[in-house]
Order: sequence, then structure tokens, then C-alpha cells
Amino acid sequence: MSVEGFRQSLLAAGLLIDGGSPGVYHRSFSFESIVSGLEVYISSVAADEERRQFQFSPLIASSALVRSDYLALHPDLIGMISSYAGREADLPSLLAKVAAGEEWSELLSPTDLALCGAACHNLYPLLADAALAADSLLYEVQAVCFRHEPSNDPSRMQSFRMREFVYVGSESGALAHREQWLHRGTELMRRLGLSVDVVVANDPFFGRGGLLIGAGQREKERKFEMVTSITSESPGAIGSANYHEDHFGRVYNISQSDASVAHTACVGFGLERITLALLHQHGLDVDLWPAVVRDRVFSAR
Amino acid sequence: MTDTDATIRGVLEALGRLPGTALRLKDHDDLYQNGLSSHASVNVMLGLEDAFDIEFPDSLLRRDTFQSVASIREALVSLGVTVDSQ
Repeated sequence: MSVEGFRQSLLAAGLLIDGGSPGVYHRSFSFESIVSGLEVYISSVAADEERRQFQFSPLIASSALVRSDYLALHPDLIGMISSYAGREADLPSLLAKVAAGEEWSELLSPTDLALCGAACHNLYPLLADAALAADSLLYEVQAVCFRHEPSNDPSRMQSFRMREFVYVGSESGALAHREQWLHRGTELMRRLGLSVDVVVANDPFFGRGGLLIGAGQREKERKFEMVTSITSESPGAIGSANYHEDHFGRVYNISQSDASVAHTACVGFGLERITLALLHQHGLDVDLWPAVVRDRVFSAR
Repeated sequence: MTDTDATIRGVLEALGRLPGTALRLKDHDDLYQNGLSSHASVNVMLGLEDAFDIEFPDSLLRRDTFQSVASIREALVSLGVTVDSQ
């Protein structure tokens, strides 16, 4: 079945509802029950680990986009929030432009807020300009994320949820965390009946310069992706495992307990993508899924 | 040193953000080991395009293209830049 065919079947089944713009969907509560089940299923594998858990805001300070370099590396994915900061007396001229079909959004002003592009981005500001309280810290975080990537492929939604396990500490600890969680994550997904491969990957850094940075990222194996069929037979990433070296430690001035710059790594899961992969693999009727998969998704509490 | 090499080292000096001077780097010294970051390599790439009025094709936008002064020179020659004799 083609991507468009699968998309139409999801819409026809009422699992996704067209949100009026490419890559924007409302979800039925049936779809959401799979996402909720996956949240618990993924989280339960870390039940014995000491970690702090956060549901981060979908918003992030636009200053964080600058400090983290996200603006420089992914300007095309950003969602900035603007609002009207003018006077009441000036509103009629804005509305006149609207009525005349003219460009009017330039009359809005940027706020200090943007939409967050990755769940862990709201973690680093919380640790900024301080030394870690321990040799290493483990976080489990979830957030609604935004990436301006309009697409008719439901696996590329502009707004989606990501759950991540983030390590902050030493270089060796960060690499070990990534390896451990990449292995765990892959096994978690395979236990849901998905055929998952692990591949070296790179982030879609912006522009030609981005190709060079991406090539470097691949060469140094800084990013792995867990891939499977999501909306077609072509594999897509349902999660990724990233070693950031000391990037976030440096820009946010996060020190290890020995005063050296902290290293970080994160392993993240795309909840909508895993849901779509399950629907693609096992069918749109959850009642007809293999019992063992249904039990794992819905009974992990 | 040829003019081409001097220009390459000049771009590295201005844009490479290397801890030491680019002018003393030998032809085959590994630039990344001498402090060239991924971000700085992008600026170096753009600086070289400006200085030599060329454009690196996507196929040359790889780490090893900017690994050393020699590899940069080789890439430029492949794009038609003439290396002046000393």
C-alpha cells in the first residue's frame, strides 16, 4: 500500500482527522489510547532506574533556540510565536490588510516563545550554569514537539510527541547510556512485533553547510536511528540514539562534579510514529492485533 | 608557498577558529585534530568558495575534503582552481 493509501485508510477509519494543513492531524481517542499505552510501556522498562521525570512544556524560550544553536542548525524547522503587541488604534489598519488580502502577519511581533523541537531541549536550561549534583544524572522526559515539515506522509507530523531518556555526565557514561538504551529501545519495539533495524544517521541540518555537518555526524557515528516500516514498506525512524559530545554542556555551561564540561546523550521515541508503525504492521483494528502485542501496549500499567 | 596555499591558510586563519595559527600548519596536518570544529568547517567551506569563486558540489561536502590543507587544495584543483607556481 502506498503512503497516500495508508493515509486515506487512517482517515477513513477515523483514527486520524485532517487538521487542515499538511502534517497536522487531530487524533481519535482510539489512536490516543495506543499512544498512552506506549508511554507506559516505554517508561516501565526504566522502572528500576533512578531518574527524574518531566512532562515538559510544548513551549521553549526563543533565547534557548539561540543558545543551543538550534536556530543556526535548523532554522527551517522552527516555530516562533508571534502576537499582536500594537495599540487598539492600530488594529483597524491590520484588519484592513486582512480584508484586502494583503500580507498582515508582519504587523505581529515576536514573543519570547517558540515551540520546542525536541523533548530534551527544555532540560538543558534547567541545568545551566551549574555543576551536576552527582557524577551523572538520568532523566525521562516527554514533550509535544513541533517541526515545520509540512508533508502528506502521516509519519511526518508537524506536531508530535517524543519521550526521551537523557543522560548528563561523563563522556564514557554518555556513550554507555546511548548504547544501553539503543539496545533496550530496539528490543522494546521488537517485542511489539515490529521489525527494527539500527542504522547510522544524521540530523537534517539546514543548507549546504548542513550537508557537511551531517556528513561529520555520520562519520563520527553520533546518531543512530531505530528504523522500521511506518506508513509504507520504506523504513523510517521510530526513535533515535544521539551522543551530543559536550555541545549542550558547553553552550549551557553545565559542569560535571569534577568541574569538567558535561557530556550528554539521549535516546528518544516518536510516539505517533510507533503508533503508526503498529497500525501499519498489525492492522487498523486493535482488537485484531496479536494478543501479546495488545497486552504489552495496553496492560503495562 | 603558492598563492593558492596562502589563500587556503588565510581562510583557515580567519574562519577556522583554530587555537594555533593556520600559517604554520603543514600540508598534511589533520585540521580536525588541530581544532577545526564541524561548525567552523562550514565557515571555512563558505570562505573558500568566496575566495576562489567556486562552489563545492554536494559530493565534496564531506569531512575528508577539509581534513588538511592538501585535501582542500586537491578539492579546489578538481574544481578547476589553478595552483600558481611559487
